[in-house]
Amino acid sequence: MRAYTPKDNVQAKPYYTDRFYVAPQVPKQAVESDEVFAADLEAIKAKFEVSDAYIQVGQMVVYIHAKDNYGVLELLKDELQYTQLTEMSAIDWLAKENKFEIFYQMLSMNKRKRVRIKMFIENGQAVNSVEKLFRSADWSEREMFDMFGIEANGHPFMKRILMPYDWQGHPLLKTYPLQGDEFAAWYEVDKIYGKEARDIIGPELRDPARVDRYDSDRFARLGHEVPKGTVITGDEPKIEQSYQEEGGVFMIKKFDKESSVVIDDPQR
Amino acid sequence: MAQIKNRLTPFFENISFDREDNELILNFGPQHPSAHGQLRLMLHLQQEQITKAHPDIGYLHRGMEKMAENMIYNEFMPTTDRMDYIASSSNNYGFALAVEKLVGLEVPRRAKVIRMMLLEINRIMSHLFWLATTALDIGAMTVFLFAFREREYLMDIIEGYCGARLTHSAIRIGGVPLDIQDSFLLQLKTFLDKLPQNIKDYEDLLDTNRIWLMRMEEVGHISKELSLSWGCTGPMLRASGTAWDIRKEEPYELYDEVEFSVPFSDKGDNFARYRVYMQEMRESAKILYQTIDMYWACVKNNQTELMAHAPKYISAPKLDIMTQNYSLMQHFVLVTQGMRPPVGEVYVATESPKGELGFYINSQGGPYPYRLKLRAPSFWHTGILTDLLPGHYIPDVVSIIGTTNIVFGEVDR
Repeated sequence: MRAYTPKDNVQAKPYYTDRFYVAPQVPKQAVESDEVFAADLEAIKAKFEVSDAYIQVGQMVVYIHAKDNYGVLELLKDELQYTQLTEMSAIDWLAKENKFEIFYQMLSMNKRKRVRIKMFIENGQAVNSVEKLFRSADWSEREMFDMFGIEANGHPFMKRILMPYDWQGHPLLKTYPLQGDEFAAWYEVDKIYGKEARDIIGPELRDPARVDRYDSDRFARLGHEVPKGTVITGDEPKIEQSYQEEGGVFMIKKFDKESSVVIDDPQR
Repeated sequence: MAQIKNRLTPFFENISFDREDNELILNFGPQHPSAHGQLRLMLHLQQEQITKAHPDIGYLHRGMEKMAENMIYNEFMPTTDRMDYIASSSNNYGFALAVEKLVGLEVPRRAKVIRMMLLEINRIMSHLFWLATTALDIGAMTVFLFAFREREYLMDIIEGYCGARLTHSAIRIGGVPLDIQDSFLLQLKTFLDKLPQNIKDYEDLLDTNRIWLMRMEEVGHISKELSLSWGCTGPMLRASGTAWDIRKEEPYELYDEVEFSVPFSDKGDNFARYRVYMQEMRESAKILYQTIDMYWACVKNNQTELMAHAPKYISAPKLDIMTQNYSLMQHFVLVTQGMRPPVGEVYVATESPKGELGFYINSQGGPYPYRLKLRAPSFWHTGILTDLLPGHYIPDVVSIIGTTNIVFGEVDR
């Protein structure tokens, strides 16, 4: 049977994949192996439903229900001394199960422990904003909205933060293309000047590495310099080139190596 | 060409400026010399006093997280240089450490010592840059010239090591690519011996300077609660009364073997942050002296390895690649296909000069990370301006932005 490849994943594909390669797992430990984490987990379990919990690379990961996120974070902050929301964002699992995974990375400075609270939401579902608990979530949730299109209920200013306000699409989705399409060259021309101006303005050049060798106005012709604005059609003008290594530097008529000083230590 | 009406309807440009309550909306930036990058602040003003501040970022957004998802792990290393480009080795290190934790690599001791040297040199470079630019914003030209002179020495040392002055890429996943050059320790020691006098010079110029004190003291006060709530880290957090340094609390590399103290202050104003930065430079110098001894101990004990030995993930040393067939094959596979870490996720925080630099990596066993989240400290240090600026006056904005030490390569990623 052919290996399944999601059709809406437009990301770069690995150069080579062994179909029979089974990737190893990063080891997980039971929460009971750490006293502090075990006590924290008990406190969470007493009030909320926990679907999974384990320790991975020294940090506890707890899976909760999406509706409980505010409550769990409030509990962590007020009772369990997790005073900072270090980071939060989402992971796109749309191709696999039409879900987003959201993680909240919490830090307790008193206990010197880090906990990751995770939850799944359906595509199109909004999360409860935790901005009232942690001001840092103000910008994190805006970034999450910007990058994934996940809205936070109760957020005071749910606008894009990194992309322009009039941007369309959410860049970190796996379905978001890595390059613009052929119509992209006209987007801004159409929007600012209107379609009727296409002939006057021409398409936008979207290749940042593009060098036009016949355009002496806007591109330096390294090694083939000509006066600016020279019209070049096909035949390259012959340029005499010489290298210092071959005949020495022409400006220095006489160079006495013995009497010159070489500085080894720039700080002297 | 006929003028055709502009059809763009941007979000903020159509705010009505004629308001009845005399409120003025001032655009501070995005091109402003004291913003240290592309920061646009929309300030609501009553006379000269700010009533509301709205930082607007994203002018330097390059989509690094998206780039990371479409690159092999080693390929992403030079991109991390472009985050906090004032101290790029610390970004390299944060990423390398995250992948090492994910894979479970043990880095050789000599590489660890060299990494610590690079990290602390970067910290001093970054703090010197901070001091220079902030002092310049406030008008102290001399300090700017002094601090840049010293920073130049450090950049020369780094240039001698890796060939680059700003974008180092000096750290690899699994170790460091090169041993330090012969003149490295001598140059470093020369610099460190001079540093206390240099710092004293800056402090002589600033500590009793009336203008400096008026712009710094009791300005930009961040309370402990606010700094915790906004996720502040690094000097921003320590100047507000929380003595939290990841090097001390969750030691990585060999930071548990070196002696240094964590300067902090309860004041929370600009001046407190200035004091913390100055003191941190002294502590970094202390660490660097100890790493020099640690390096000589490595030389003495003949610990010459610089890269971890893990054939599945790390290429063999160059000598092996050139002489042994299997090492060459492995190297070829690792370069063309990239390493495939195990399935799992990791969040690793390191203490960069600006604060907590975290890398969250979710690996699904492929050669590209499935999701990589960069936790850059400056992002929240910019966000806090929303709550910090109201109540201050326009000149204070400059000194507050200065002491938050934000770098936009990191904010926008």
